[in-house]
Amino acid sequence: MNFKHKYVFLFPGLFVLIGILIFPIIFVVRLSLSGWNSYNGLNFIGLENYVRLFTDDPRFWQSFLRLSFLSVTTVILQYVIGFALAHMVWKDIKFQRFFRVLFLIPMMTTPVIMTVIWRTFFHESLGPVNDILSNFGMSPKWLTDPVLAKFTVIIVEVWQWTPFMFLLLLAGLLSLPKEPFLAAAIDGASPVRKFLYVTFPLMAPISIGAIIIRLIEASKIMDTVYVLTSGGPGTATETSSFYIFIKGLREFQMGYAASMSFTYLIIMIISLTVIAKVLTKVLLKD
Amino acid sequence: MKIIKTCLSAAISSVLIFSPMAYADKWSDQFPHIKATGDIPGDCSYEEMSKKNYKGKTLKINTHAVPVIGQPTALHAEQFAKLTGAKVDVTHTPAGDLYAKAMVPFKAGQAPYDIVFGFSNFINDWKRYLAPVPKKYINSPEMKDVTKSHIGVSSWDGTMYQYPVDGDRHYLKYRKDVIDNPEMQKKYKADTGKELRVPRTWKEYGEMAKYFNGWDWDGDGEKEYGSAEVMKKDDLMFAAFFSRSVAYAKNLSTPGGFFFDLETMKPNINNPGFVEALTDWVEATKYVPPGGINFGLGDEIGSFGGGQTLFSFSWDDAFIAAMQDDSPIKNKVGAAPLPGADRVWNRNTNGWENRYNQAPYIVWGWAVGVAKKSKVKDMAFDYLCFFSNGANHQADLAIGNFGVNPFKNSDFDPNIYIDTMGWDPEIANSYTKTLLDMEKSKNRVFPLRVPGVFEFTSAVATGTSKALAGQLSPQEALDEVAKEWEAIVQRVGKKAVQDAYAVGVKMEDNKL
Repeated sequence: MNFKHKYVFLFPGLFVLIGILIFPIIFVVRLSLSGWNSYNGLNFIGLENYVRLFTDDPRFWQSFLRLSFLSVTTVILQYVIGFALAHMVWKDIKFQRFFRVLFLIPMMTTPVIMTVIWRTFFHESLGPVNDILSNFGMSPKWLTDPVLAKFTVIIVEVWQWTPFMFLLLLAGLLSLPKEPFLAAAIDGASPVRKFLYVTFPLMAPISIGAIIIRLIEASKIMDTVYVLTSGGPGTATETSSFYIFIKGLREFQMGYAASMSFTYLIIMIISLTVIAKVLTKVLLKD
Repeated sequence: MKIIKTCLSAAISSVLIFSPMAYADKWSDQFPHIKATGDIPGDCSYEEMSKKNYKGKTLKINTHAVPVIGQPTALHAEQFAKLTGAKVDVTHTPAGDLYAKAMVPFKAGQAPYDIVFGFSNFINDWKRYLAPVPKKYINSPEMKDVTKSHIGVSSWDGTMYQYPVDGDRHYLKYRKDVIDNPEMQKKYKADTGKELRVPRTWKEYGEMAKYFNGWDWDGDGEKEYGSAEVMKKDDLMFAAFFSRSVAYAKNLSTPGGFFFDLETMKPNINNPGFVEALTDWVEATKYVPPGGINFGLGDEIGSFGGGQTLFSFSWDDAFIAAMQDDSPIKNKVGAAPLPGADRVWNRNTNGWENRYNQAPYIVWGWAVGVAKKSKVKDMAFDYLCFFSNGANHQADLAIGNFGVNPFKNSDFDPNIYIDTMGWDPEIANSYTKTLLDMEKSKNRVFPLRVPGVFEFTSAVATGTSKALAGQLSPQEALDEVAKEWEAIVQRVGKKAVQDAYAVGVKMEDNKL
């Protein structure tokens, strides 16, 4: 077969790749160099949007720091809780299948609907949470205190996405070889030592993958913030994606929102690569 | 005598059978929504619409989420489809996304919706993509009944782009059973040394709200609170802030712009008048119900309408909700103009004028237009005309969460509310008088209607919400808003904003 013919077979896949991956990114870059908004079209304004972003928009960077805090915190909590739950149902326990399904339910629900329900739970005057807590003389401002509102977002995110971590880690646990555990049992290792020196190191590659996947997802947190707090009170829970949404689809500053999206993409690629490298170094040192 | 009686009753019966009321019953049997009035004759009445044949045609509508305006849109779509044979597809969209949902296809030269609902202040950005309302509707008796200010709100430089379906203004709502209660008045006087009355100023409003905050003053076994307000960021809170600002910053003796100085286009938003209003608003976080700082419009309607607070101010909806038959506080609420202030900022002298000032805020309301590129424009305008026909309009007015508020001169007749909705005559009179006085006022503020309006209002929401959350002081927050407004003016182009703003200023300065 002629060498060139091989490329003919590659074209369909290549076209799809260009259509769904390359073209949108190129379009975002082009859009970011324009002042497209409600009164201007797709004109060309050079790097003006980027200059504005880097020199005159502290709100974007504040929202990015907030996002970092929220995503790192939620992913750590999801990892710890997810690992604990996976470890629990990995063992032969009663109603094992029931628990496996039960732990997955939050992930199967629609985030927006569940967040509406959580918002109702945490409603400070009408919600059941404060209704119960008021019996003990407490009525926390779940959604209106700048600090507590962040933790409310974390609670909802952890509830919703821990099952995903649970699923990945359970799959990892089920695929582990039996021999190291048998050897540890023969050596008389305690459950804690078995976990620290056998289970956890063997799970490290899967853990890194799970953490990175969840970090990618958590860094796009939007629906929870949108429904729960609208980024408030003030800007206390405003994340990068919510801020980009406001600029792009509320204020219709499409060009500027595109420049933020592209900058955000670059930052995420760099930071996630660094995090993956660090995790690999720390967890796979042996 | 018996013969005379028989003849008389026969005559009365035949008059009733052939009268418009009896004629209308034919329609109210099929459409119970209009049972209170039956069909009301007019160009777009049920009778007239039933003569149209739109079989095989589809009308696509993008409207707000249910219930506010979304529910009447869907209901009238269903009725319209039944009467004309048309297929009507209704899409419901959250308030914050209405602008973009229409604007994205508009900019791309498409018209996925024949009818787009939005806010009246979108007019400047949308007018290029909307079909002007045809003369036959403008000259109809129904349109002649629309108030001058709402014709102005729906039009741009003399051309009507938005079909009037709703009329909006912010006013004060209060619990009449408390404010007018002699025992409460005595108690308030004893405790504070002050009179309990409908608050004339925002300071009085705050004092009373604080006093009535956090205890069971209506004896229902539940705690009540001072005030319910729209404070949730990006949920129309900017309008609530402007309602509080007009008293301190709208000065009849300084024409030429409330939001900007029209000549220089320098924002007024951080002048001491606005700062005073924001300072009051920050104080208000202490007398709203728990979680009140996160109240959107729906929460405000539910809170005041459900009897949770003494005061509220915003659109009609909370008041109507409170006056519905199923409300625990029906006929226990009153309407009054927005509170004023004992001093008003004069930006020409750069000082306070120590005199009483009150200014109505003719806030933006629901607006709707027909896409220029729609292929079924006739049907679309017929639908809108049907939406606001006499029978539908009166029925919609009676339902609090429909979001349809008075915008016709005939709406200010208190008998409508007394006869068809069972309101107490005193309340109906104070309600219509409050609305009518706003129409007559010379010190009104109209909504900002300039290109990129969402950028301006979003900046206000962000700045004021930071102040409410304690992240910034009122002055710092409004300085930030002013800086952002200046940047937006530069980005949009000073002349474009100035030209558009001049149209609104003409209305405020009573030159239109």
